[in-house]
Amino acid sequence: MAAEKAGGGIKSVVLVLSGKGGVGKSTVASQIALELANTGKKVGILDVDLCGPSIPRILGLQDHDVHQCSGGWIPVYADKNENLAVMSIGFLLKSNRDAVVWRGPKKNAMIKQFLSDVVWGDLDYLIIDTPPGTSDEHITVAENIRNLNVTGAVMVTTPQAVALGDVRREITFCKKVGIPVIGIVENMSGYACPHCSECTNIFSKGGGETLANLTQVPFLGCLPLDPKLTMSIEDGKSFTELYSESATASAIKDIIRPLMAS
Amino acid sequence: MADVPNNAPIECPGTQSDQAGKVSACNGCANQKLCSSGVKLPPDPAIEEIKRRLESVKHKLLILSGKGGVGKSSFTAHLARGLATNEDEDIAILDVDLCGPSIPRIMGVEGHQVFQSMSGWSPVFIEDNLSIMSIGFLLSSPADAVIWRGPKKNGLIKQFLRDVDWGELDYLLVDTPPGTSDEHISIAQYLKGAGIDGAIIITTPQEVALLDVRKEINFCKKVGIPVLGVVENMSGFICPKCKMESQIFPPTTGGGQQMAKDMEVPFIGKIPLDPRIGQCCDEGRSYFSEVPDSPATKAYQSIIEEIRKFCSDKPTNHVVDEKDE
Repeated sequence: MAAEKAGGGIKSVVLVLSGKGGVGKSTVASQIALELANTGKKVGILDVDLCGPSIPRILGLQDHDVHQCSGGWIPVYADKNENLAVMSIGFLLKSNRDAVVWRGPKKNAMIKQFLSDVVWGDLDYLIIDTPPGTSDEHITVAENIRNLNVTGAVMVTTPQAVALGDVRREITFCKKVGIPVIGIVENMSGYACPHCSECTNIFSKGGGETLANLTQVPFLGCLPLDPKLTMSIEDGKSFTELYSESATASAIKDIIRPLMAS
Repeated sequence: MADVPNNAPIECPGTQSDQAGKVSACNGCANQKLCSSGVKLPPDPAIEEIKRRLESVKHKLLILSGKGGVGKSSFTAHLARGLATNEDEDIAILDVDLCGPSIPRIMGVEGHQVFQSMSGWSPVFIEDNLSIMSIGFLLSSPADAVIWRGPKKNGLIKQFLRDVDWGELDYLLVDTPPGTSDEHISIAQYLKGAGIDGAIIITTPQEVALLDVRKEINFCKKVGIPVLGVVENMSGFICPKCKMESQIFPPTTGGGQQMAKDMEVPFIGKIPLDPRIGQCCDEGRSYFSEVPDSPATKAYQSIIEEIRKFCSDKPTNHVVDEKDE
């Protein structure tokens, strides 16, 4: 229904969810999308965080505009080969200081348009980056992807208990709306001091795996607090391209392995 | 304006206005047809009820961000604990993050229940002079998800503001979820009568956070909420082994301080990253009691002083005015 109407088939829809804010959903979503595109897949990334759209900046596309054609909206391409297509409300704002101060119904209408009116073309993967919570955006996305090939949701958490509580609720949400949970990623899992290499568990450690066991979902792995990843996000550069041999890049590849297999 | 319905957009001209139903902001509003037909919707009585309920509260402060995970709830909790060290003052936290209520855990009262009486809902007390209300106390299990659309969330926020029997308070701190959506619009609208002294804006130093925080500041300006100041959290990390500082969330565009200057709002302090803050939040303990002499504790104390000063310089019960665009 939704995205099929806009021209092309989407082989796999993957949501990136958390429940908790600031754990790195957009970071993980963008890295999954970039790495899949690097392997030659056709990937789309849809940013439905209407109040805090981070994806354009993370991919270095913040000054781009969206254009329309007869079939709908043309996504912004992150690369020359058009392997990575991007849509976000960030492209529709005149200034990045403009606040999107909308109640639920207006947000729902925008999300439905994003799902039905973007001309993605044929995609191997559509990655959907979401805001924190279990509210309008999440309910609307769940309702409108029912007729697509939904592989499932990647849950992002940080290790500490305050985050895990919210993620547990998000897993409940997935079960209620019938979205399979592909697995849990524990982000910000340890920080190696750049001066002396001592590793400190700033946001605790191990919580992601414990939650995975508790809720009986797969554990996909840990991503450390890596200054090179943080700077790549700040600068809008592709971390997996620049640092493909690093331990963090290897961890990202482990995360996408179950997506490639499905 | 008492005549902005609780499901109206932020730019609602008011149901009693001649423009009701006719301006562009009305498009998509559930009341548009009724308003443009000339029928005057009655003003929402809740705004007056909330004003009366909160007459006994001297200062109302919002803790906002725009960005998730910057430490709004941990800041709110520590601000409350810091203010409550003065036993002559009564402090309360209202947690309106309905999908991700962290305050009960951070304050060490997860699993407690609230009770209703003739005078309203009783908040949960941490100390004699420190109480809390959160949806967390209404959920029967930690796995329970609050999967609600906007109107239902607005209904509960109205109840929290109208029906909680706080008693006499010196400070009511309202902890919010990230964003600029239903919860934020509702708080601004429902507190129009009662007034908001100011908003404390929390950010982390990196541009990806500042992008969202600028929007939040613009939201405050749009709805007439004074910005008390910006706090930059997770500002630098001191390695416990070599004691050298590193920037985990690098301020590539000048951090919170530059942003506050650009947005013409005060900057009231930086709090460094200390893993013990997170641990205390997880375990419901007070970081100030555990680590009274750390740089982070000192930073908190200085910021709390700024907040006290701002509130004592203000007349109580400041009324929110909408600025013209």
